[in-house]
Amino acid sequence: MSDFTSGFWNVFIIAVVVASIVGCAILLVVTGRIKVAAPKKSGEGGGGATGPGVTGHVWDGDLQEYNNPLPKWWANLFWITMIFAVAYLVLYPGMGTIPGVLGWTSTGAYAKERAEFDDRLKPLYAKYAQMEVEQIAKDAAARQTGERLFLTYCAQCHGSDAGGSRGFPNLRDGDWLYGGTPATIAETITGGRMGVMPAFGSVLGEDGVKNVTAYVRSLSGLAHDNLRAQLGKPLYAQTCAACHGGDGKGTQALGAPNLTDRTWLYGSSEAAIAEGIVKGRNIAASEGVKAMPSFEGTLSPTQIRVLAAYVWGLSNVAQAAQ
Amino acid sequence: MCGACPTSRRRRNERGLIAVQSDPPVLARPAKVTVTTTDTRTIPIRAVASAPADEAADEVGLYEIRRKIYPRAVTGRFATWRVLMVVATQLFFYGAPWLIWNDRQAVLFDLAARKFYIFGLVFWPQDVIYLTVLLILSAFSLFLFTAVAGRVWCGFACPQTVYTEIFLWIERKIEGDRLARIRLDAEPLSAHKLVKKGGKHAVWIALSLWTGITFVGYFTPIRELVPAFPAGLSATELFWVLFYGFATYGNAGWMREQVCKYMCPYARFQSVMFDHDTLIIAYDEKRGEPRGARGKSVDRVATGKGDCIDCKICVQVCPTGIDIRNGLQYECIGCAACVDGCDQVMDKMGYPRGLIRYASQNALAQGLTKAATWRRVLRPRTLVYTGTLLAITVVAGVSLLTKNPLKVDVIRDRGALAREASPGVMENVYRVQIMNTSEAPHRFRLRAEGLPGIAVSGVPATIDVAAGATRLLPLRLQVPAEAAAPGTHRVELVIEAEDDAAMARRERSTFILPRP
Repeated sequence: MSDFTSGFWNVFIIAVVVASIVGCAILLVVTGRIKVAAPKKSGEGGGGATGPGVTGHVWDGDLQEYNNPLPKWWANLFWITMIFAVAYLVLYPGMGTIPGVLGWTSTGAYAKERAEFDDRLKPLYAKYAQMEVEQIAKDAAARQTGERLFLTYCAQCHGSDAGGSRGFPNLRDGDWLYGGTPATIAETITGGRMGVMPAFGSVLGEDGVKNVTAYVRSLSGLAHDNLRAQLGKPLYAQTCAACHGGDGKGTQALGAPNLTDRTWLYGSSEAAIAEGIVKGRNIAASEGVKAMPSFEGTLSPTQIRVLAAYVWGLSNVAQAAQ
Repeated sequence: MCGACPTSRRRRNERGLIAVQSDPPVLARPAKVTVTTTDTRTIPIRAVASAPADEAADEVGLYEIRRKIYPRAVTGRFATWRVLMVVATQLFFYGAPWLIWNDRQAVLFDLAARKFYIFGLVFWPQDVIYLTVLLILSAFSLFLFTAVAGRVWCGFACPQTVYTEIFLWIERKIEGDRLARIRLDAEPLSAHKLVKKGGKHAVWIALSLWTGITFVGYFTPIRELVPAFPAGLSATELFWVLFYGFATYGNAGWMREQVCKYMCPYARFQSVMFDHDTLIIAYDEKRGEPRGARGKSVDRVATGKGDCIDCKICVQVCPTGIDIRNGLQYECIGCAACVDGCDQVMDKMGYPRGLIRYASQNALAQGLTKAATWRRVLRPRTLVYTGTLLAITVVAGVSLLTKNPLKVDVIRDRGALAREASPGVMENVYRVQIMNTSEAPHRFRLRAEGLPGIAVSGVPATIDVAAGATRLLPLRLQVPAEAAAPGTHRVELVIEAEDDAAMARRERSTFILPRP
């Protein structure tokens, strides 16, 4: 409930609030009782014009302060603000951590607004709730909604055109780390993903890394040192095949990429591949930091389906456009 | 404005809060002028003592109990001007929302859609600069008018004055003029009084409600609003109708001069725009003093008195309840009611008009002629204001006339600097927002310029954008890797409407070629 680090601030705030209100009241009562000399009549010729009066304060021997009286109704406004303040403090939390009678909280207000907003969105998504993702992908309006969702939630990493960038997969190329069926895509968005490639630098040694790198490059037909590739093959079978498969085609269940295609998430150069082997990839994920975050809670299940339909449609253009 | 006050001998600060109490002023004897009258008709002017309230009190508080002001009706040149201004401003205010333009309300500020229609123009929030220009123009007009002729805005066009004038007119029609109203207020409660007061408030409230509805009608289509009132209005609409109506009723019916005297900040800071050549409502002390009543048949020179017959008409007509003969005061809203009032009296006395008139402090002090006073309107200050005003008006006008209804934003993706699209071709990703602010749909084509071999990918050949709609397109620009040196290059996206050559935009962005 309270974010204060000590109980002192609670008391301090209550004291300031009460002192301010009481202080204002005292000031108004006291100044209301003060009387000063009435303005003197001035002017000749029976004019009887009155100049402003003075408060009686004198500086420098002859300098006096005008009395420009505040209208009574204005003073009454001050009383109204004080009554308002007291009513407010009873109804809303204002006296330190004392909750108001209405039980209002800023988190509650946020939750309420959020619920109202969701209610407004509900009818827009209602018709998609019962549709298959493939069906949703055929709906032009749904694809537009999906695009907006993508630009809001996904484009920061995957790019506005879903083309990805180094370390962030391209979603348009039909190549999928975890599988590209609509259901898998929805699952990825809902739960997030955290593929981990452990570091093998100390296991393989400097030479071993070079040999494995050469073998891996040979898998996807990149230029490589044949001798080293031959030496690297048994090392690959020992250390890498468990995840990437004996044939190097990867394992979608683990998110282990296919090493035989031309898609290289972190680059296909020898240096980039060797770096991945030595240091591993996505190490933060082993500490529970998801590279691809979970959108469950941020997006409703139906929103996720619409988004999945959009993403699926990017690489299944023919089916989606039907 | 205590510098203007004849009783102050020493000025301590600009706001006049501190001043020196001084001796009664020694007034120059007026150099007596001509025009005597032999007319012996009685003058239909009766001095009415102002509310005697606390005149005898020799002590006052720091808070002032409000003294009700009963402004007396006045006719004359300036009153006519004011009526014209009231009619003109209110015809516009009540009438404009009913006008139709392009099959929609001509003047509509659609807050929900963030579109602001003023006849042929449609403003989007991005056009807020025009609002800034409008505010600057208003400010400079204010400076200019105030420097030339004081608080003319307050006296003739300010809504507070305009609505007070309307409410006073209703009050006069129902309760009668000043004396009748004073008598009515002094009467004990009776059926007669109740009917008059009730009738007045009923008319006031009806007018206030109409004002409130009209105000909201600038934000919600008024032709739907009025038939739906009150049950069909949303809570927000109803609130603003009632709030604006209440503000009108309260300010014009009850608060009146209190708004000008205590609430309006403008009334206070206007004083700093005055100088000694500013035309103000001024009482010609040299001519008027010593004041005093006298019969109309009495020879003016023989009395030894000035032209002021001390009839207090100028005080009675004053909507803020001041005596203009005390000199320039911050309460004076420059309405010139006292000028009209005094001129009538002067006419009846057969004296020349203008005992109270528009005159500058220099004109009064130096006895300048009318022509000389007006020549001083042309002084560096007013010329600078006029020049600035004209310059901004011309620039804003040209800008409005040549306003391009197509708006385009290009935002470069920040997630990735560049990527290889295919061997030897680099691409950057952008989001392009095409905003068609015109009231017709348009079809656009998009191309890129700035680097050899640059091409746009990922957008259709033609892009349809509906009237008043926005379209956001992710797109890729592709450039051969050897087209330019690695680094940042300026590129331009060209968006053109197929059917309207005027709707074209070139938006700058950057293209990054990475080091190999």
